[in-house]
Amino acid sequence: MTSLQTSALDPATAVFDYVQPAGEPWVHTLKRGQVLRIVDLEGNQAVDTIFYNAADKSESYSATDTLQQQGGIYLTTGSVITSNLGNPMLTIVADTCGRHDTLGGACAAESNSVRYAIQKKFMHSCRDNFLHALAHADLGMDKRDLVPNINFFMNVPVTPEGGLEFADGVSAPGKYVEMRAEMDVLVLVSNCPQLNNPCNAYNPTPVRFLVWDAE
Amino acid sequence: MQPETSHGLPDMPAFARDHAADLPQEKVLWSELIPGGGHWSYRVRRGTTLRFIDLEGGANASVLLYRADERHERLNIPDTLKAQHTAHLSTGHVLYSDMGRVLAAVSKDTVGWHDPLCGLSNAAGLLRRYGQRRYQEHRNAMHRNGKDNMLIELGKWGLGLRDLVPCVNLFSKVVVDQAGNFSFASGNSQPHSHVELRCEMDVLVAVSTALHPLDPSPEYAPKKVGIVAWESGTAAEDDVCRLSCAENRRGYFNTELVYR
Repeated sequence: MTSLQTSALDPATAVFDYVQPAGEPWVHTLKRGQVLRIVDLEGNQAVDTIFYNAADKSESYSATDTLQQQGGIYLTTGSVITSNLGNPMLTIVADTCGRHDTLGGACAAESNSVRYAIQKKFMHSCRDNFLHALAHADLGMDKRDLVPNINFFMNVPVTPEGGLEFADGVSAPGKYVEMRAEMDVLVLVSNCPQLNNPCNAYNPTPVRFLVWDAE
Repeated sequence: MQPETSHGLPDMPAFARDHAADLPQEKVLWSELIPGGGHWSYRVRRGTTLRFIDLEGGANASVLLYRADERHERLNIPDTLKAQHTAHLSTGHVLYSDMGRVLAAVSKDTVGWHDPLCGLSNAAGLLRRYGQRRYQEHRNAMHRNGKDNMLIELGKWGLGLRDLVPCVNLFSKVVVDQAGNFSFASGNSQPHSHVELRCEMDVLVAVSTALHPLDPSPEYAPKKVGIVAWESGTAAEDDVCRLSCAENRRGYFNTELVYR
């Protein structure tokens, strides 16, 4: 059974259409029933994403609850993005990539210093993007709310021996993932600025966000 | 077997002798016996090692770690896994905070595999698999789940749902197949297996001995876990966890800057 699923939604009817440059954050609220499409415009761009219940932001995307609920680590068509209270937040309704990462988390100044070199801590990172976005959004949210995120379009397989690999991407220019909001959700994105990892060919690129109203 | 007092509490010095006989006994600080399904939390000084003992085999001990004096700094499983290119934990691995520092190191392990992927069981899952067992009828044999256990412990320190991040499940093994699907490996931990977490910072440690969320056992029977805390000192220059990869050498550098 393949998880690849295209969408019939027409970009011409989207209520929101935005191309986000590489390395920048994005905050957006989706109403229940709205559909969000993220397009990997140039291929293998990591889109680091956390979802929150718009009405109570202590309820957030939970990697562990999502993985338990579906019995495995990859997100694709049919996956239900589940909250830390066990509630469905969004359902992936279309996916032309086939696999999205739930284990790798976001890059950070501090983790870059560990992974690559101490002096890399001064490079831009996803967690700095998240903090920047939350500071400006003035929602009463802060570092405590930065739980492990989804990396759309990233391929991070686990081997049977329990190793973790950062494998070549399975995404490509124009591939997309589409999800329907099952509650009003706040979307927090960092369009990843990582320059130290071959997963994006050392070349962060723009992505496109499209939103459609409920049918 | 550890002797028990008339109150049903274990005789702590005897417990440490029975389950940590290889340690210099004058270095033992305290010991604990957490019943299956139980929960507790501890503030532990840097240089203290916690030995977790699976007394009966088949236990699960979920562990969360926070920096004691800056509790927004906490265990970060994605950073832990990607720094060490691993999806399981054993001797030589360390547990990273979100700030690039080593909260604790897996300094000794007779099990071989501890699960960092699956997180905590929850009330709905227990109800679905085992039905309802309330305090009203069952007193302290009621069903307890990992998530609520942890929320209770975090609450004691002023922490809550926003602080509840993915944990390590000591003694449990879950493998991932090529399609990404989980399978729970029963029998991973034998009776009297143990694993040691050496605290490299002053930490707050929260522990739950509720069932692993993927444990397929038909009976609700969470196992008890012993803990022996002993004064080990922090990682030596030639420590296996420090030297296991270049990433960990840098992680220790970041950690030790705090204490200069």
